[in-house]
Amino acid sequence: MVSATGLTRTFGEFVAVDRVSFEVAPGEIFGFLGSNGAGKTTVIRMLCGLLKPTSGSGTVAGFDIATRAAEIKTRIGYMSQKFSLYSDLTVDENLRFWAGTNRVWGRQFEERREWAFEMTGLGSRRSALVADLPGGFRQRLALSCALLHQPPVVFLDEPTGGVDPEARRRFWDLIDDLSAQGVTVFVTTHYMDEAERCHRVALMHAGELLALDTIPELKKIFAPGSVLEIECRDAAHALETLDDLPEIIDAALFGNYLHAVVTAPEIVQGIQNHLEDGGFAPVKVRPVPPSLEDVFIRSIREAEERREQ
Amino acid sequence: MIRRILATTVKELLQLKRDWRTALALLGMPIVLLMIYGYALSFDVTDIRLGVVDQSRTQASRRMVEAFLKSGYFVQRAVLDDSRPLDDLFTTETIQAALVIPADFAAQTSARRPTSILFVLDGSDSQTANTVLGYARQIVASQIGSLYGVEVQVAYQATPLVWYNPDLKSSIFLVPGLLAFILMVSSVIATSLAVVREKERGTMESLRATPIRAIELLLGKTLPYLLVGSVSAAGSLFLAWALFDVPIHGSLLWLAVVTLLFLAGGLGWGIFISTLAETQQLAFQLALLSSMLPTLLLSGFIFPISSMPKVLQLVSLIVPARYYIAALRSIVLKGVGPDAWGINAVALIIYASIVLLLATIRMVRSL
Repeated sequence: MVSATGLTRTFGEFVAVDRVSFEVAPGEIFGFLGSNGAGKTTVIRMLCGLLKPTSGSGTVAGFDIATRAAEIKTRIGYMSQKFSLYSDLTVDENLRFWAGTNRVWGRQFEERREWAFEMTGLGSRRSALVADLPGGFRQRLALSCALLHQPPVVFLDEPTGGVDPEARRRFWDLIDDLSAQGVTVFVTTHYMDEAERCHRVALMHAGELLALDTIPELKKIFAPGSVLEIECRDAAHALETLDDLPEIIDAALFGNYLHAVVTAPEIVQGIQNHLEDGGFAPVKVRPVPPSLEDVFIRSIREAEERREQ
Repeated sequence: MIRRILATTVKELLQLKRDWRTALALLGMPIVLLMIYGYALSFDVTDIRLGVVDQSRTQASRRMVEAFLKSGYFVQRAVLDDSRPLDDLFTTETIQAALVIPADFAAQTSARRPTSILFVLDGSDSQTANTVLGYARQIVASQIGSLYGVEVQVAYQATPLVWYNPDLKSSIFLVPGLLAFILMVSSVIATSLAVVREKERGTMESLRATPIRAIELLLGKTLPYLLVGSVSAAGSLFLAWALFDVPIHGSLLWLAVVTLLFLAGGLGWGIFISTLAETQQLAFQLALLSSMLPTLLLSGFIFPISSMPKVLQLVSLIVPARYYIAALRSIVLKGVGPDAWGINAVALIIYASIVLLLATIRMVRSL
């Protein structure tokens, strides 16, 4: 449904997207995970026909992104990172305008509007100004505006920015529904919990695609038992002393805990002793299943090591 | 196509309705400006403060003074025996002009010998001084005949006959220019924010991902302001007629046609600016500057184009208000048909086409 082959975009000297390739199947929830500036938005803008690739190619719904942007635009829904509704218009007026730009009118519009009211739960507030709606409702309304013309593909660029967790959860329930109806969802995020809800996740860092797979497959880059969670006093300083242990490949701060990637699970006791000697007692070390964040941090480290060589 | 233009037009009108400050400014400002400028901007000079030094003190001299005061242009502010204090009166601005009639005035005129009277003017405001001098000449000329009697042979007689504006009221001359000025400024500003606002708010990005075409967006954003502009043009013209007695001799239909052509050019220019500027603030300043100055200085509104340096005359060729003002004066004051002002309408069509084309090209780029 969506594909990219060696997709590259440079802005002057700066390489925003560097030879990115992937395929997205119909009905898939495809996540793009990466920090700000990783190149996620640039990929989406190229796929939507808003930005010409410097090199490489791609297709959306069977149309070439470089030459058939007009056809693509009738077949996609796009929710940009910036707020895409008119806050000085009402719910109903926004729906009418966005439907109009996507050639949805008359009876068909009436039907789609009812659908949008149902999906957003805004039927009773159809005459309310968008400016007066809470963030979660606005986000759902923006999504419904992007879906009025029933596109087979939607691109959602960090759709839940600035929305509370409950609203985020409800938003993702909508994404699951869409996928169940066969709509391909291409979504970028920097929330790990959101990425966990994707069928497949692409990890992006500094314009490069580091890894792309299902969540369980991505986690297989770690041998079983090789991720340890360490609970101790003054974790930030304890992290610095962990560099002295050669068995630790990687360590990072996870909230109040430390996560360490080790070469052999047997090191548990060694770490415990090392930290207690360093004055960070009480220390608890236990193996944990790797989280997506572990995978992400590990992938970035590996990529940077590759680059340095 | 038409439905998408309509969708955009409806959206713009709704936004305008919510943004009542802008709506009020677009509809109300032309009328307020017309009233302010219409009353303030006048080259007519009345109630000139006159000092009178009548050294003759005869019936003849008194008739001369009377003629000045009865003309309606002068009011007597000082009566003096000799001309020495005049200097003080001028510097304190007690008087703006002085009439000095010499002691032998009556004797000379009754003997039908040449005589002179002195008319002193404050020349620091040359525009006013010129006008006043004109009045004074006229009054003196009309008095000479009766003073010297019918026997005086007048070599020639010049009878001024002023057409279209018989009272030479400057408001009648100025109001068409004022209308052009107001419409140009308000139309360019109206659309100059139309595209850049969407860019700033981020909605442009979403619009770009929809199948809407540049021309649809452009027309959708222009039409509502064409409507608003037409309403304020009609209102201004009505006020000009009601308040400043500007007669509308010509056809209202032709008036509407050239006004729409002029508005289309102004609105297109505004859209063009909007696609160039990155912020609303910059767009607003560009719009204000590019519409106000040329229209004020290079359109023939106040300064006649024929008396400009050649270079500026050439520059004035690309100022649309020049053609609109010319057409407006023809239609409103002379009541003539398109054979007289058609060339100006053609120029307005060319201007609007070029500007709208440029705006479309830019719009395609920003979509």
